[in-house]
Amino acid sequence: MELNRRSFLQLTALTGGGLALGLYRSPLAKGQEAPATDLKPQAFIHIAPDGIVTIMARASESGQGMRNMLPMLIAEELDVDWKDVRVQQAELNEKVYGKQSSGGSMNTPMGWEPMRRVGAAGRQLLIAAAAQSWGVAAAECSAAHGRVLHAGSGRSAGYGELAAKAAALPAPALSSVKLKDPKEYRIIGHSQKGVDTHAIVTGKAEFGIDVTLPGMLYAAIEKAPVFAGKVKTANTEEVGKLPGVRHVLVIDGGITPAAFTPWEPGMEPGIAIVADTWWQAQMARSQLKVEWDLGPAATQSSEGFRKRAAELLQAPPQNTLRQYGDVDAALKASAKVVEATYEYPFIAHVTMEPQGATAHWKDGKLEMWSTSTLPGNGRALVAKTLGIQESDITTHMVRAGGSFGRRLQNDYLVEAAWIAKRVDAPVKLLWSREDDILHDPFRPGGTVGLKGGVDAQGKLTAWRHHLVSFGDNKQMTSGGGIGRDNYPAGFPPAYGIYTSAQPLMLRTGAQRAPGDNAYCWVAQSFLDELAYAAGRDPLEFQLELLSNKQAPWSSGEKDPVGDHEPSGQDALVPERFKGVLELVAEKSGWAKRRKEPGRGMGIAAWFCHLGYFAEVADVSVNEQNQVTVNQVWAAGDVGSQIINPAAAESMGQGGIMEGLGHMAQEITLADGRIEQSNFHNFSLMRMRQVPKIEVYWRKTDYAPTGLGEPTLPPILPAVTNAIFEATGKRIRTLPLKRSGYSWA
Amino acid sequence: MQQKLKVNNVVETVDVSPDTPLLWVLRDVLKLTGSKYGCGIGRCGACTVLLGGRAVRSCMTPVGDVGDDAITTIEGLSPDGLHPVQVAWEALDVPQCGYCQAGQILAATALLEKTPHPTDAEIDAAMSGNICRCGTYTRIRQAIHEAAAAGTTARAQ
Repeated sequence: MELNRRSFLQLTALTGGGLALGLYRSPLAKGQEAPATDLKPQAFIHIAPDGIVTIMARASESGQGMRNMLPMLIAEELDVDWKDVRVQQAELNEKVYGKQSSGGSMNTPMGWEPMRRVGAAGRQLLIAAAAQSWGVAAAECSAAHGRVLHAGSGRSAGYGELAAKAAALPAPALSSVKLKDPKEYRIIGHSQKGVDTHAIVTGKAEFGIDVTLPGMLYAAIEKAPVFAGKVKTANTEEVGKLPGVRHVLVIDGGITPAAFTPWEPGMEPGIAIVADTWWQAQMARSQLKVEWDLGPAATQSSEGFRKRAAELLQAPPQNTLRQYGDVDAALKASAKVVEATYEYPFIAHVTMEPQGATAHWKDGKLEMWSTSTLPGNGRALVAKTLGIQESDITTHMVRAGGSFGRRLQNDYLVEAAWIAKRVDAPVKLLWSREDDILHDPFRPGGTVGLKGGVDAQGKLTAWRHHLVSFGDNKQMTSGGGIGRDNYPAGFPPAYGIYTSAQPLMLRTGAQRAPGDNAYCWVAQSFLDELAYAAGRDPLEFQLELLSNKQAPWSSGEKDPVGDHEPSGQDALVPERFKGVLELVAEKSGWAKRRKEPGRGMGIAAWFCHLGYFAEVADVSVNEQNQVTVNQVWAAGDVGSQIINPAAAESMGQGGIMEGLGHMAQEITLADGRIEQSNFHNFSLMRMRQVPKIEVYWRKTDYAPTGLGEPTLPPILPAVTNAIFEATGKRIRTLPLKRSGYSWA
Repeated sequence: MQQKLKVNNVVETVDVSPDTPLLWVLRDVLKLTGSKYGCGIGRCGACTVLLGGRAVRSCMTPVGDVGDDAITTIEGLSPDGLHPVQVAWEALDVPQCGYCQAGQILAATALLEKTPHPTDAEIDAAMSGNICRCGTYTRIRQAIHEAAAAGTTARAQ
C-alpha cells in the first residue's frame, strides 16, 4: 500500500498539500515550548532570538540518517549555517508534518522538493519581515548565513531579530517560492555529521528500549512456539506471586491462521508478565507452565514447503503475470537452452534493538513511545485494537536500534498499548532476542524455476520465470509477491513470468529491498549462467541486452501482487542501468581482471526503489569451500544529488554488509516451530569478514532518490557469480551452506 | 541482597538478587541505559562494559560476581565525551542506528589499552565479538586506527 510506485505518486501529492497546510497552522504541540519570538506559523522552523534555528525532523529515525537528511534540505533553502541548526524529532502529527514514515527508501524522493520549499518559504518570510522594517522592496534584499541583507543601504539583520515579525506575516504558498540553483548549495552535498552522533558515542542517545518514566513497570510476553498458538491453561496465579511480579495477563489474541496471513494479522496470543524490572518479568516467565493449543500452524515444516514447492514447479503455474512473444517456440528455436531452479530461504530481520515499546494509559488517554517506521499505521492499529479514538493517542517517535523493514509492522506497539490499558502505570514492553527471531515477520522463502535460451550469435532469445512462493489463490504473502515487469522483462524477445503459491500460516513482511533482495539474486545469477552458456562476458552480454529493448514497459496495469511489493520495475531507464554497470566495471578493472583458480570476480546490477546499483565482488574460495570476499566495488545512480555524502557512503557499505549477511542466514521450521533462536544459529557478518568496499556515484539528471534499499540486492549475485568464476560451481540454493559453502 | 558496585567512579548500593545480570542492574536499577541488550547470551557485544579495565559481556555477568572491580560504562568512559576512541568515532561519524556502538567503543577501548597500535588482524580478533547489524565495520576499523594514532600524539605531547 505504502510502497508501490503508484501510491508513492499519490502520497507525494498529499504530502505537498499537508506541508502547505502545516505551514499555516500553529505548529506547537505539547512539549515543544519555544521562545515567544519563534516563527510560529512554521511547523518545521523555530528561530530563537539568538539566531539558533530548531528544525523539526518529521520522519522516524532508525539509522538511515533521516534526522539529518530532511532538516538539511530545509536548512539549505533557509540559508542558515548548519552549525546554528538544532534538530528536534517531531511527534506524530501527519496533518502538520506530512508523511512521517520511513520505508521503501521514500524519504528522499518524498522530501526532496517539499522540504526545500519549506525552507525557502521560511527564508522568504524573513526577507519580507526585514524589507518591511527597512521600508525597502523585498526584491532588493537577500539572505545568507542566517542574516537578511540590503545591499543598497548596507543594512543587515539576523534571523533571530526578524523571527517575531516574520511569524506574523502570511506564509507564501509552497509552490510559489523560488528554489536555489544547486550550484549554490552549502549544506546539501556536503557531509554533515549525524545529529545524534555525539549522544550515541557518549551513551546519552535515547532508543526505544531506553525510555524511562517515573513509576514505570516492565513487561515480557510468553507466546506459543507455533504461530498463533493459544493458551489453554497456565499457572498464572503461581507466577503472579514471584518476586517483583505485578500482573500476569492472558492475551487471547486475534489471529485465525489461514493460507494467506495479512500484513497486520492481529495480536498473537500469549501471557504478558508485568514486573518491577524486566529481569524479574523474564525470570517469572521462565517459571510459566503453559499448555498451548498449537492450532493448524503446527503442521508446517520447511521440508513440507520444499516438497510442495517442487510439485508446484512441475505443475502448470497458477498465475500468469505477464507474457509476450512465444516463449516456448523461442526456447525451441534457441541454439542453447539453460534450465535451473533457484531456492532462497526465509530470513529474519534481527534489528540489534529487539522489538518493544513504552505506553502509558491514564484518564482515558494513551501516550506511546514508539520506534515504528510506520507510526501512523501503528496509532490506527492501537486505536482499533483498544477500541479508542486516534485523537486520544499521543505518539512520541523515538530513535530505533535498526529497522530494515521490521518496524513497518506495529505488533509490539499494539502489545505495549494493550498491556498499558490494563495496568495503572507506564509500561515498557521488551521482547527478548529469542522472541524477536521467533515472532519476526520473516522475509518469505521462495523457489524459482527458470528457463532461458540463447541463439547462435549468443543473444538472449527467451526468458521463462516461475516463482513459487506463499499465499492463497488471491494474494501472495507480504514480501512474497513479484512484479509483472521483473527484470529482464522487456529486453528479451520472448518473456513469461508466472507464480504459484502454497499456504503459509506465518507472519511475513518487508525486509530491506523487499522482494528485490531475492529476485535480484535469482535473475542476475541466471543471466550470468546464460552469458556463460553463450560464451560471452557477462557484462558485455547484459549491456547488449539493455541496448535492445524488445517490448514496451506495461505500466498502467495494476500489478497482481500483494501489499508492500517491489516497486518501479515499470520505470526502469535502461541508460541508467547500463551507466552503473559501466562505472563499476571501470572502477573494478573488470575487463582486465585476473583469472586464477580459487579466485574470481562477479558482476551484477539491479533497479529498485527508484535507484540503480551495480556491484562487483572479488572473492577467494579455499579448498574447504570457505569464501572470503576480498573487495567490493559499488556504483550507484540515485539521481542528480547525493544529499549527505559521508552518510550515503555508509549506507552503501551497510547495504552490502547486510546482503552478505543474508547469504548465510536461514529460518527453518519443524512441526511449526522456528528452529533458530539467537545469534549462535542465526548469524550476522562480523568484523573479520568485512571486505574493502568502495562506493561510487554516477550523477544523472533525475530527482534524487533514496539509499536505504537499492544498495543491497546486487551484492548477492555479484558474490555467487564470483564463486562461479573462482570454482566453476553455480550457487543456486541459499544459504551458502546448502550449496556446500560457507564464509571463511 | 544489598551490594555495593563501583560504577563510573561512584559507589552505588543496589538491592537485587545476586544472579541478576549486571546489564539489567545498570539499565533498570541504576538507569544507566547506555549499555544495550542485544542477545542475552554473549554473542553480540551490545552490552559490553569494562570491568577492571577488561571488556566483559554484562548480559552474562551475574552482579554477585562483580566484586570490587571498577565498572566503566559508556556514560563514564570520559567526563566530557572526549576519550580518543569517542573522538575518533564522532569524527568519522561511525554510527548508523547507533545501538551497538557503546559496546563497540568499549571493546575498542579495551583493545587499545592492551595493544596501542593494533594491526587489522588484531582488530579482527578483538572486535569480531561485537555485531554491527547496520554494517559500519569499515568505519569502526578506521576509527580504531585513528584513535590509536591520536593516542600516540597525545603521549608525545
